[in-house]
Amino acid sequence: MDLNTITAICRPGDRDDIQSWRTGDAWLAGGTWLFSEPQPDLLRLIDLAGLGWPALEIDQDGPRIGATCTLAHLAAADWPVGWLAAPLFRQCCRALLGSFKIWNAATVGGNLCMALPAGPMAALTAALDGVCVIWTPDGGQRCLPAIDFVVGPQQNALRPGEVLREIRLPIEAARRRTAFRQISLTPLGRSAALLIGTRAPSGAFAVTVTAATRRPIRLAFQAIPAPAELSDAIDRGIPDALYYDDLHGAPDWRRHMTFRFAEEIRRELVKHPPP
Amino acid sequence: MIIRINGGERDAAPLPGQCLRTFLRELGCFGVKKGCDAGDCGACTILLDGQPVHSCVTPAFRAEGRDVTTIEGLARIEGPGGPGDDELHAMQRRFLAAQGFQCGFCTAGMVLTAASLDQAQRRDLPAAMKGNLCRCTGYRAIEDAIGGIAHAEQDDGPGSPFGRSIPSPAGPGVVTGTVRYTLDIPSPTGLLHLKLLRSAHAHARIVSIDTTATLAVPGVHSVLTPSDSPAKLFSTARHENPLDDPDDTRVLDDVVRFIGQRVAAVLAESEAAAEAGCRALVVAYEPLPAVFDPDAAMRPDAPLLHGDKGPEARIHDPGRNLVAEVRLSGGDIADGLAAADIVHEATYTTQRIQHAALETHAAIGWLDDAGCLTLRSSTQTPFLTRRALCDLFDLPMERVRVLCERVGGGFGGKQEMLVEDIVALAVLRTGRPVRLEFTREEQFVGAPSRHPMRVTVTLGARRDGTLTAMRMRVVSNAGAYGNHSGGVLYHGCGESIAVYRCPNTYVEGYAVYTNTLPAGAFRGYGLSQTVFAVESAMDELARALRVDPFELRRRNMIQADDAQHDDVRMGSYGLDQCLDLVEASLRDTPYAPPPDASWRVGVGIALAMIHTIPPRGHFAEARIVSLGGGRYELTVGTAEFGNGTTTVHAQIAASVLNTTARSIHIRQSDTALIGHDTGAFGSTGTVVAGKATERAAVELREHLLDLAAARLNVDRASCVLRAGWVESGGARIDLDALRGSMETELAGTGSSDGTPRSIAFNVQGFRVAVQPGTGEIRILHSVQAADAGRVINPMQCRGQVEGGVAQAIGAALYEDLKIDATGRVLNPALRHYHIPAWADLPRTEVLFADTVDSVGPFGAKSMSESPFNPVAPALANAAADAVGVRIRELPMTPDRVFRAMAAKEHGMGALPADIGNAGLRARAGHE
Repeated sequence: MDLNTITAICRPGDRDDIQSWRTGDAWLAGGTWLFSEPQPDLLRLIDLAGLGWPALEIDQDGPRIGATCTLAHLAAADWPVGWLAAPLFRQCCRALLGSFKIWNAATVGGNLCMALPAGPMAALTAALDGVCVIWTPDGGQRCLPAIDFVVGPQQNALRPGEVLREIRLPIEAARRRTAFRQISLTPLGRSAALLIGTRAPSGAFAVTVTAATRRPIRLAFQAIPAPAELSDAIDRGIPDALYYDDLHGAPDWRRHMTFRFAEEIRRELVKHPPP
Repeated sequence: MIIRINGGERDAAPLPGQCLRTFLRELGCFGVKKGCDAGDCGACTILLDGQPVHSCVTPAFRAEGRDVTTIEGLARIEGPGGPGDDELHAMQRRFLAAQGFQCGFCTAGMVLTAASLDQAQRRDLPAAMKGNLCRCTGYRAIEDAIGGIAHAEQDDGPGSPFGRSIPSPAGPGVVTGTVRYTLDIPSPTGLLHLKLLRSAHAHARIVSIDTTATLAVPGVHSVLTPSDSPAKLFSTARHENPLDDPDDTRVLDDVVRFIGQRVAAVLAESEAAAEAGCRALVVAYEPLPAVFDPDAAMRPDAPLLHGDKGPEARIHDPGRNLVAEVRLSGGDIADGLAAADIVHEATYTTQRIQHAALETHAAIGWLDDAGCLTLRSSTQTPFLTRRALCDLFDLPMERVRVLCERVGGGFGGKQEMLVEDIVALAVLRTGRPVRLEFTREEQFVGAPSRHPMRVTVTLGARRDGTLTAMRMRVVSNAGAYGNHSGGVLYHGCGESIAVYRCPNTYVEGYAVYTNTLPAGAFRGYGLSQTVFAVESAMDELARALRVDPFELRRRNMIQADDAQHDDVRMGSYGLDQCLDLVEASLRDTPYAPPPDASWRVGVGIALAMIHTIPPRGHFAEARIVSLGGGRYELTVGTAEFGNGTTTVHAQIAASVLNTTARSIHIRQSDTALIGHDTGAFGSTGTVVAGKATERAAVELREHLLDLAAARLNVDRASCVLRAGWVESGGARIDLDALRGSMETELAGTGSSDGTPRSIAFNVQGFRVAVQPGTGEIRILHSVQAADAGRVINPMQCRGQVEGGVAQAIGAALYEDLKIDATGRVLNPALRHYHIPAWADLPRTEVLFADTVDSVGPFGAKSMSESPFNPVAPALANAAADAVGVRIRELPMTPDRVFRAMAAKEHGMGALPADIGNAGLRARAGHE
């Protein structure tokens, strides 16, 4: 929709041009959320597209996903042989409520920064032990585990003037076997529970719970747990108040789905250990 | 900036925060539609450097130096006569061949998206098309279009076009994006934009409105406040008889009665300035006590919403917040219950839902050169709206003109005057053209919804299933204003009960004011809510009696020779056939298996009856003129919003005049063209307006035959009208020659008064799978049998049934407009108010009963609202059959189904079947 309070677009070409953050500014990545709701408090958009960040780089340390990498790019990427986690990228893109046409514009960083409980990029990057690289207004940068980036519904860990630059995924995580479960109130709707399980070649097992909870929760184990051990861990790790309560699913149901999916994931990964 | 649009370079500067959709429309690309305005519906889809994007969430400046393809550029379109088939893109041809549209507002986006899919995406259409919403069709016709399946029949050669699947005359315009909806015209010179400030209070008196800061905003022209409003009270509801609805509404009132009510209007040179002006208004409110629940609102101590109004407002009882009250009885209900072997009683709750037509309410108004107030509006009722404006502003009829071209979906939502009054006031005040377009949010917070109802049904029956008593208590939440509330209540209390033969009935109903969003006309007009209750209750009774649900209905349902009241006639009767058709389909049709063995499968049915025309008069006029060359021009009042009546009118006229439907050029829905038309609501486009067209065509045909017989000097009975001439034996005379030098036109006129009325039936069947572990419901088989009389256009009628089923599945499974404890709408966006997308709907098998109606035109009956009505109970009945849990509250979302199953597991949700031991009096689930 038209954002009629916007009086200027800044189109910085390099980092030196983006030091002038002020109240009323918003970073513009894909714009698919920003332009989808009224933004009466915004006066200026700072367009990140001109900074020319590479969408996706893969080196010996693992993938580095530029914050402005589109979901379409991520979904279509070719991943190296041996990356068992590869299917997860597309699965998470498909979990987005928006269509493939939205994928053409929406960005990984934008989805993370939106910090919606249902945001599939938060699930992806948290499940794969991502690290967020954040540019600070003083010209420096800081790193934050992706699991800590989303603090609560539509609340992220960025301070005023900070911008998410990229997300780095460790190569070790990319070699994990993954299992994916998602449900919503409607067949291809907004996630009400989205769980990702990973099992490392070392045997280590983790379940990342998103959408059902107000922020991503990661439950890690040295090895595949027994059913009771897993459900105890969920009980301890996710107090009732942490289950999300909004129009897209009742919290008691989200809790039920969390336990159900976690157990399904456990069984799937028991059966299919990574080589 | 430079932008290439459909191959042509343009140099224009967008506003900084402008989205690409608005920018393209400003540059004349009206095929790019504003639907959800949030990236969910896909009506604004364009190709940006060949990639499909939602242009409403694409910043306009990002298109700099890039290639944009809109629907107008998808194929080369040349020539003044519009595009020929060979000039269309293959996907456009497919949408025409399959008629993959109804109102067509979503079609440009559908075509562009479909045209851009790769093979993998075409194999997974539910995912690929999730970003394209259609509110009319239910997607089957669109799926057929993408798959290259053709349905439209050729409209040429001899033989009557009646009963054939003739394509819509608007089709080429729809698939090319050239057909014009309300706002698809260049801005008139001097246009002012109107924006409404809406109330943040559920109930308050407006003490003062300070406009100083607003008038200082650059571009703001003026502000309209309650002091500018006529004092006259009216109703936003439009009915033939304006006395049907209480006069409880002002254009701008100094009391606000719901969050979202208009407070003031700001007029400005741009939408941006009007918005800024609204933000700058300073309103002082004196809050008043508010009430949100209809039962609470009926209590003696409840705050009164319209306690200040007298009998002239025609409110049933303003002292008890009662808009309307209904009591109907037959026989003796106490006797009936005493005679029962078993009594079932339960309360069924239907939620608030929104029409979600893709085109929002909008109007552009201006004074024409003669000073006539002219309104181009998105309305189902141009003539009634004109009449209301004349009343409101004391203007003679000839000083007001209301028109619409194509309307982007209605579903009852546009049987309401929601924009025209304030636009008219603004035009009259300023003398300048004024435009008002509801945002999608305003559509949810400021336009009426379906009436939420709580319906308690008590059924008494003998052991063999014979009904002895039917009692129904309806509490309908009218919201803050009484528009349609009386009519909806009466209608809901009628056919839902009358479809059964029961000697003892008692119905009481209350439509109650609350400080919430007003409810209004919605497809089904009250019946969908009460049919959910009655048909769910019948199913519970069948289970308690261990009688087959088909059998229980056959034993009790209305019969062809049963006496009818008032002007209702059983013009034809197909209910028995409908039940047989659905029963056979559920029994014999192979269906998809459930995803795995852990899902439980069940079957459910429900029936519905509807009178084919609303009571108390529904009028239409038609005029048809021979243009020469075998062509005719038909003028009708009724509007086209995807209901397909334009096609039907052409078929009716062509059948009478023995020609092709394409020879009939139709002008419609403009008060300047014809005398009167009550409007396109109550499923009347075919049975009332069509009747007028039939009569006009017959009059013209008779006139032509009279003239020809005289000119040829032959026996009148020997003359036959052909496509462009009249012949008698070997002699013939062209219609052009017939007219010769006559001064007057060769014309026929016809009218219809909507009486007598007939009865139509619908039966819905589902086989569903329910996953006990998640609460999900999957539809494995969906079938609806419709008794539509003689079907004039099978393709279109199928589309109406499919669309009704689709919208009703949304109401049964997904949609819920939620209002919180303070009266605020919680989900005023399509992202949070989920209407069915591609993945959410099954293909529905549509079957027609073989009947010929003695009342309707050519034996036809209405079929646009009624397919909606039996769907939700059939689904609830199927789910109950699958998992033994009864859901009595809509929608049946997985969390709610899961909760109900968990409650049953813990012994909290006893089923009637569990306690309905034969011979015992059982009561179940009294909520």
